[in-house]
Formats: sequence, C-alpha cells, structure tokens
Amino acid sequence: MMAFDSLAAFIAMEGHGPYVWTCYGVFFLFVGGLMAWSIRQRRDVMRSQLRELERDSTARAGREAQPAASFTRINPS
Amino acid sequence: MWQFFHKLGSPKWFYGIATRLMPWLLVGGIALLLAGVVWGLAFAPKDYLQGNSYRIIFIHVPTAFLAQSIYIMMAVAAVVTLVWRMKLADLFVRSVAPVGAVLTFLALFTGAVWGKPTWGTWWIWDARLTSMLILLFLYFGVIALAAAIADEKSSARAVAVLVLVGVVNIPIIKYSVEWWNTLHQPATFKLTERPTMPAEMWVPLLLAVLGLYLIFGWLACLRMQTGILVREKRTRWVQELVRTGGH
Amino acid sequence: MHPIRKKRLTIVLFLLAGVAVAVGLTTYALRQNINLFYDPTQIAAGEAPVDVRIRAGGMVEEGSVARDPESLKVVFNVTDFNQSVTVEYTGILPDLFAEGQGVVAMGRLQPDGRFVADQVLAKHDENYMPPEVSDALEKASAANGKPATTQTKDASY
Repeated sequence: MMAFDSLAAFIAMEGHGPYVWTCYGVFFLFVGGLMAWSIRQRRDVMRSQLRELERDSTARAGREAQPAASFTRINPS
Repeated sequence: MWQFFHKLGSPKWFYGIATRLMPWLLVGGIALLLAGVVWGLAFAPKDYLQGNSYRIIFIHVPTAFLAQSIYIMMAVAAVVTLVWRMKLADLFVRSVAPVGAVLTFLALFTGAVWGKPTWGTWWIWDARLTSMLILLFLYFGVIALAAAIADEKSSARAVAVLVLVGVVNIPIIKYSVEWWNTLHQPATFKLTERPTMPAEMWVPLLLAVLGLYLIFGWLACLRMQTGILVREKRTRWVQELVRTGGH
Repeated sequence: MHPIRKKRLTIVLFLLAGVAVAVGLTTYALRQNINLFYDPTQIAAGEAPVDVRIRAGGMVEEGSVARDPESLKVVFNVTDFNQSVTVEYTGILPDLFAEGQGVVAMGRLQPDGRFVADQVLAKHDENYMPPEVSDALEKASAANGKPATTQTKDASY
C-alpha cells in the first residue's frame, strides 16, 4: 500500500521533498556515472589495444613481404 | 583450498569467471536496489518522529555500509599482496578504491542533507562524522599513492601498507557512537540484536544494501578486467581477446 | 605455509598491532576532546569549564520547557536522569525539539550554573517506527502509568 495519497504528496513529502529528492538524485547520478565511466574505460582500453595490434600486424606483414617473395624463387629441381 | 587460491591468482582464469558473473551481478543488483529504493520511498510507512525525511536512510545506510566493507576487503587484499605477492590482490585494491571514495562521499553527502532537517545542522565534528571524513581521505590517499609510483612492485607494497595502516579507522567508525558522545545515533542493524525498526522499514533497507553490494561486485569485476587488459597486454590470450572483441 | 610468507605475515600483523595500539592510546588520551558534549552529570561535577564555548547534551526534561511569549527565548532543563542543567536559548529550535527528546546545545556555562546556548541541535535515537505504532505504544504506556519512552534503554539520548 502506498504511503502517499497522490503524486503531488509523494513529490512534496510533507515539506521534506527537497532533502529526500536531492539525496536520491545525487546518489543515482554518482552511481550511474561510476558505472558508465567504468564501462567506457574498458571499452577505450580494448579499442586502443586493438588499434595497436592492427598496426603491429600490418608492420609485420610489410617486413615479411620481402622474404616471402624469395621463397617463390626457390626452385626444387 | 590452496589450489583455488592459486587459481584465483591467475588473471586469465579470473577474467573468464568475471565475464560469466557480471550479467547476474548487474541484473540482480539493479533489481534489488530499485526494489528497495521504490519500496522505501513510496510504500514504507513514515517515521513517527522524523516524518518523511528518514527515507534518506534507504540510500544513506547502503552507501555508508559499502564504504566501510569495501575498505575491509581492500585491507584483506593488502595482506594478500604483502604476504603472497599476488598481483590480482593489488589490482583489486586499485580498481575498487575509486568506488569506495564515491560511496564514502555519497554517505557523507546524504548524511549532511538528512542532518539539516533532523538535527538542525549539515555538519558537526562529532566522532562518527569525522572518522567517516577520514575514511574519504584514506581513499583519496590510496588512489593518489597508487598513481604516484611507477614501479609496479614497490607501488603495490606502498599501497598495501597504507591500506593496512588505515584499517584501524574502521572499528573507530563502527564504535564511535558507543565509545564517545556523538550527535549521530547508534546503529540500526546489529549483528546480535533485532533491527530497531519494523519489518516494513528494514526489509527494503536490506534489499537496497544487497543490491548495492551486487552492483559493487559488478563494478569490481569490470574495473579489474580493465586493469588486467592493461597489465597483460603482451600475453597471447589478451591479444586474442582484444581481436575477438572481448568474447 | 612457506617460511618467508610466514615471516611476512608476522611483520604485517606486528605493523597492524603497532598502529592499533598507537591510535588506541591517542584516542584514549584525547577522549574528552572526542566526546561531542558534556552530559549534565559531568557539568554538575564541575568537569566542564565555565565561560568557555562547550556543548551540553542530554534529554529535554518532561514539563520543563518554558517559552517566553514575547520573544524566541526558551528555557528548558536538560537531564541524563541523574543530574540536570538549565539551558537558555534564543532562536529557532529544530523541528525535532520536544520534551523527552535528545538535544545537544552549544554555548557557555555561567558561574551560576545556567547554560546559555547559541545553538540547539536535535538528537534522535536509532529507533524508527510508523506513527500508528508510536501512538499505540504511547496509549499502552499511559494505561500502565509508565512514561511513554519507546524503548528499553533509558539513556538513549
């Protein structure tokens, strides 16, 4: 059973509304912010490492291009 | 038991377990927290003395409770760091210290806003409030020290020692309201006695505490995963994980 | 356990014990400063300094609140059920101020034993209950002829 008769009474909380709603607002803002920030941190780390890996693999592919070509010249006769 | 302990030290094993646990922690945490908060805000009866302002308790107690238990967990991890040199324990301390700081701040903030209409003041330098403020500064100190030392091993040791030294503040917070005269009232929940409120008030409070605990678990897993990705980025399994997008 | 780990654990435990003892002794030495307020027994025993800003705390004695009809001045007794102190205060009282409720007053103790406060804070206990329950308790205790305090501890101000 609701402790309040109407939505207006729920918002006002018999004059204590500003105190109660400030607390709940700040609480959800900070906890939600902490969660979003933590998700973003992991995503950013993932992305930057993926970029690093891709750069490394293209560099390695470039270095390997030369000897790879030399294999084709080997003629097992 | 020792085998489990050593497995727990393996970042790869932990990363996998965390990935599996996290959806449950998140869904359960949000559900319990919202249930407790909505129940407490809209359905629980008002207090005979404080009226509706007491409804702040449904977030004040969970944040204050978590702020202290996170510090205790960090202290346990600090012992593990110092004695067994387990890297994951150090990572835990680093990962959850900001969470602890935010929750301590929220406990102080909600307490101040609650104090204004009930006590008549936002702040008073009584033992409970002051020791809680010290806890906030301890969290700040741990965060700063963890960032200040570049060498991983000496950083881990220094942070662990600071965490351990600070843990004496926890019993002071807990018993401040019994050892000294304070404006703050004694605890509502005690281990050995019934809560000093009826069930339609303490059940939603308990739900909110459990919910916030689970959300903390989710945050700890997520933030430790981020730390593992950074520290173990040269290993093959992390590179594999990054290539497949974390699955 | 590995002997090196055992040694490290011992060092850690000694560190903890040392810090705990140091902090324990410090807080014990400073206990009078950590206490937020003097209670009426301490004031009656002369432990509280006269004409220095201090805090006095206790329960507002039932039937002792006298309001001046022309100003905001109010006089009441603060008690710990052992001794009591007369407090004078001019200003707006917190909502929770009532007879039988805990208060902490900040001000100066006069040589004649009155306490002149410039700030009065309300203190509440850890008991929460719906208004109906409180009313029922009050009725029941009135029927029994006992004071309407809600719980067992008489010094829970």
